[in-house]
Amino acid sequence: MTDKATEMSAGDQAVGRRRRLRTAFAALGMLPVLILLAAGFQFMNPRFLTETNLLIVTQQSSINIVLAAGMTFVILTGGIDLSVGSILAASAMVAVMVSLVPEWGMLGVPAAILVGLGFGVINGLLIAYIKLPPFIVTLGSLTAVRGVARLLGQDTTVFNSDLPFDFIGNGSLFDIPWLVIIALSVVVLSWLVLKRTVLGTWIYAVGGNAEAARLTGIKVPLVLLFVYGVSGLLAGLGGAMSAARLYAANGLQLGQSYELDAIAAVILGGTSFVGGVGSIWGTLIGGLIIAVLSNGLILAGVSDIWQYIIKGLVIIVAVALDRYRLQAGART
Amino acid sequence: MTAAAKIETVRQPVLEMRHISKTFGPIRALQDVSLTVHAGELHALMGENGAGKSTLMKVLSGAYRPDTGGDILIDGTPVATGDPIKARANGIAVIYQELSLAPNLTVAQNIFLGNEPRRFGIVDRDQCNRRANEIIARLGVSFSARALVSSLSLGERQMVEIARALSTSARIIVMDEPTTSLTSRETDRLFEVIATLKSQGIAIIYISHRMEEVYQLADRVSVLRDSGYVGTLDRADLNASRLVSMMVGRDLSAFYKKDHRPPDSKRAIALSVHGMSDGNLLKDCSFDLHKGEVLALAGLVGSGRTELARLIFGADRHTSGTLELDGKPIFIGSPREALEAGIAYLTEDRKELGLFLDMSISDNISMGVLARDAQAGGLRDFAKAERRATKAVSDLSIRTRSVQANAGSLSGGNQQKVLLARLLETEPRVLVLDEPTRGVDVGAKSEIYRLIDDLAKKGIAILMISSELPEVIGVADRVLVMRDGTIAGEVTASEGQPLSQEAIMELATGAAKG
Repeated sequence: MTDKATEMSAGDQAVGRRRRLRTAFAALGMLPVLILLAAGFQFMNPRFLTETNLLIVTQQSSINIVLAAGMTFVILTGGIDLSVGSILAASAMVAVMVSLVPEWGMLGVPAAILVGLGFGVINGLLIAYIKLPPFIVTLGSLTAVRGVARLLGQDTTVFNSDLPFDFIGNGSLFDIPWLVIIALSVVVLSWLVLKRTVLGTWIYAVGGNAEAARLTGIKVPLVLLFVYGVSGLLAGLGGAMSAARLYAANGLQLGQSYELDAIAAVILGGTSFVGGVGSIWGTLIGGLIIAVLSNGLILAGVSDIWQYIIKGLVIIVAVALDRYRLQAGART
Repeated sequence: MTAAAKIETVRQPVLEMRHISKTFGPIRALQDVSLTVHAGELHALMGENGAGKSTLMKVLSGAYRPDTGGDILIDGTPVATGDPIKARANGIAVIYQELSLAPNLTVAQNIFLGNEPRRFGIVDRDQCNRRANEIIARLGVSFSARALVSSLSLGERQMVEIARALSTSARIIVMDEPTTSLTSRETDRLFEVIATLKSQGIAIIYISHRMEEVYQLADRVSVLRDSGYVGTLDRADLNASRLVSMMVGRDLSAFYKKDHRPPDSKRAIALSVHGMSDGNLLKDCSFDLHKGEVLALAGLVGSGRTELARLIFGADRHTSGTLELDGKPIFIGSPREALEAGIAYLTEDRKELGLFLDMSISDNISMGVLARDAQAGGLRDFAKAERRATKAVSDLSIRTRSVQANAGSLSGGNQQKVLLARLLETEPRVLVLDEPTRGVDVGAKSEIYRLIDDLAKKGIAILMISSELPEVIGVADRVLVMRDGTIAGEVTASEGQPLSQEAIMELATGAAKG
């Protein structure tokens, strides 16, 4: 009996280790692609792997990574949030407008986050309780919130050259840009929620099998409300970051098609589009791949038009390779 | 040599599979299995889940290529392996458990899907319908080739699958548990069609867990166990205990176990259901369930058993009716409220409605009690989940290398035990089990019966839905029979008289008035 027990726990450890390794592998699935890309760009232009340039890359990717973190929550439940770009624009408008109010300047950041959360919660309520399809709801809010963003500034650009929270967009702490610190904090916090809390397990459960989750007593609507709320909140944070970087916001242009980059980062990171499978670390790598690609292509002197074509193809090829790899690993 | 034996040696088998092995990396799914099938024969293939039946059939259909050294011969000629298109051209057709029809197309369109008769490169719809009608007539079934598949019953859809096989001039048809979701009338219909097919010289390989079917139909039975070939019995040599011991490799002396005391009417009522209706199928269902009792809910598929169970569990809304739990009225509006009240429900469809296949066994088992186990701040208590899972794995003898393995990697029987373990973690007082042994192999079945018996002994009230009458009679103390959304009657065991299979069938089919 004792023999059997020790054997069991030894087997357990071995499988546990292998399982962790495999999850790590799945999460790092795209890491080789990232490294390969970086090496390739370094070969083409030695300026690529300099400290200054790498800081630029991480800084450029930080807002997308924040959006993509929220998107990871949503896609893990099998949903989609197309409205994050528009919510980012509206939140950035609010951030700059609040910053212009004397004495209230710093409140621009929480105001932006609250506006984002508000829009996210509206998405969530429609999806979770009225049971409308996520694609339709967020497609609607993509358009409607864009309108709100334009309305907020009477369709003009709002400026604040004396932005009280501009350090977020342009300052550094111990030589690390605040944008990067915020993005990494969001990733770590997301990891904590997804992998260490009961709520996180419920998110995976709802994405894996929503009806089974309901029959197990999980409050599925509440979980859905939470993920769309998080996605909106992080889009709001992205809006504050964006405003802080630019000292300005424009309801029409800001955040256009950001949702597509966020979705691309999540999918590049190996999160399944049908839900239930994926990780936030994968999303981080996916976001970095997109940033490296943009930056590297610019340094290599590739024209803007070709950048679009190459970026699109890389996303498709990378995901195709990933699927192929996973299929080869599966037994049936 | 007698004349009969001589004929036997002369007769050419239509299919020979020789020395088939199949490995996936380090895992050996088939080891040196051979199978010979004659024209016009129904060859049953039996074995526990995971014994290798499905893998063998996938090799036959070309989905898998066997390891080198294995051959497939049709009419004595070796054929290419690992090629589904060639396998189909060679007359092999497989009808899978999960039907693979397009519901929005007509019967004829489904029959010729991917193989449409053409004229000048355009699908010839008239020819399509005419040929489909010919095939349907051959099967002797009554729907039209122009009917939409979505308008057909499950049994009729199966006929469409068979028609599709015939349209490709199949000579060897594999049927994988074809009766699982059929009513008894549809099953009879299928058996008639099988007889017709046999008389036309078509060979049928028939996979089933149901002994009665195999007795009724099989000309020969081959048994697989642990990826290997055990043996083949002729119809004349068929006998239950021999077959079972071939399948499990040991004797099952006490297959059903009923050690708990049969209920007496004085025993406390755990759950009382009054006048439950769902505004659709169910009308005015009432019954009492006693503590420590196993009450079976029998009836034909479609009689409303699952619907009633889901109503009690709050998975669907009831339009009228009340529940009393331990003598106190209670309202249940959602599965969550049912679980909190101490009512747990095992779904009949564990893959679609039960398990989280991509999550670990440990997470699956503790999914219902995560919030209860949580640490401050809603953090998971992984150690506790692991302890729960490890205990459940040993209590229910779930066979897995680790509680961290994915639930999807388990065999059907072990998946079912994981689901049962999840329910038991919520410490229910009333357990509703919907087809607890569906798609589960013989060994695991026996273990599940034992578990049900133990739970009843502990005083848990158990309502068990089952379509297998031997199981109902072997496990239950009392039987409620449903028909057309109402409870048609009750069958009880009297002094020295066991539950009567005939009485249950009469109530279920409406042959007698309840």
